[in-house]
Amino acid sequence: MIEQDWIWGFVGGLLIGLGGAVYLLVNGRIMGASGILGGLVDGSGKNSMWERISFIAGVILTPIALYPLYGAVDTHVTSNMAVLIAAGLLVGVGTRIANGCTSGHGVCGISRLSLRGISATVFYIMAGGVTIVLFRHVLGVI
Amino acid sequence: MRNLFALIAGGLFGAGLFISGMTDTAKVQGWLDVFGNWDPTLAFVMGGAILPMAVAWQLTRNRRPALGGDFPTPPEPKVGRNLVIGSVMFGMGWGLAGLCPGPSLASLSYGGIGHWVFAAAMVAGMLVAVPFKRRLTAMA
Repeated sequence: MIEQDWIWGFVGGLLIGLGGAVYLLVNGRIMGASGILGGLVDGSGKNSMWERISFIAGVILTPIALYPLYGAVDTHVTSNMAVLIAAGLLVGVGTRIANGCTSGHGVCGISRLSLRGISATVFYIMAGGVTIVLFRHVLGVI
Repeated sequence: MRNLFALIAGGLFGAGLFISGMTDTAKVQGWLDVFGNWDPTLAFVMGGAILPMAVAWQLTRNRRPALGGDFPTPPEPKVGRNLVIGSVMFGMGWGLAGLCPGPSLASLSYGGIGHWVFAAAMVAGMLVAVPFKRRLTAMA
């Protein structure tokens, strides 16, 4: 049995991949969220500043347009600010050290059968799984 | 033109993240939580995203990007220390909050204050990463 969430996941995934395909085939760039944002944050992507800003604007804007169709969307985000800050720091530092996240290493890397992309994905999924088990089931923090 | 197509690509990315449910931290954490109530949605999202991307990579052969320049050359297939350390750190943060960079941006408009706190910390982390990476490289 295929649940509805899975179908929407697949449809959304196709759109994500389509976005990556446009960014690659038209702009000649790899669609990695952490790289696009990180290059703006640390100034390393100054030459392509407006391209990066335009991409990020698109990411933020389409959910605003779609939101009314859905009504309330609960993201179930934790209200524990310490957890959010620690998590954000880890994600920011980690993705820049590793040169990629779920979109760059995951979607773009795996689809070109990149050893680095596949390895990174294995490492972050394993680390995420261990973290969930530790902090949810052992420590009961999240 | 570059900016217009970047906006379109980002728009598709944001729409996909929204529709797929990947801005719902419970779905992401549900996928990572193999000992809890496991949620396979993320695998469908990944599968869906990899399909058009795999076609796109095939289309890059013997071609150039539509707006000029060159396609990114594949990096050396080497799994170095930075890749491992960085990915493990990222995975820990991803598991803790259920957010990664793309969905963090996509959910800014409706996720509430928690999403802004996460995004601000992520930006701070990206700044910290610069000296941190330099030190890691110097140690190698």
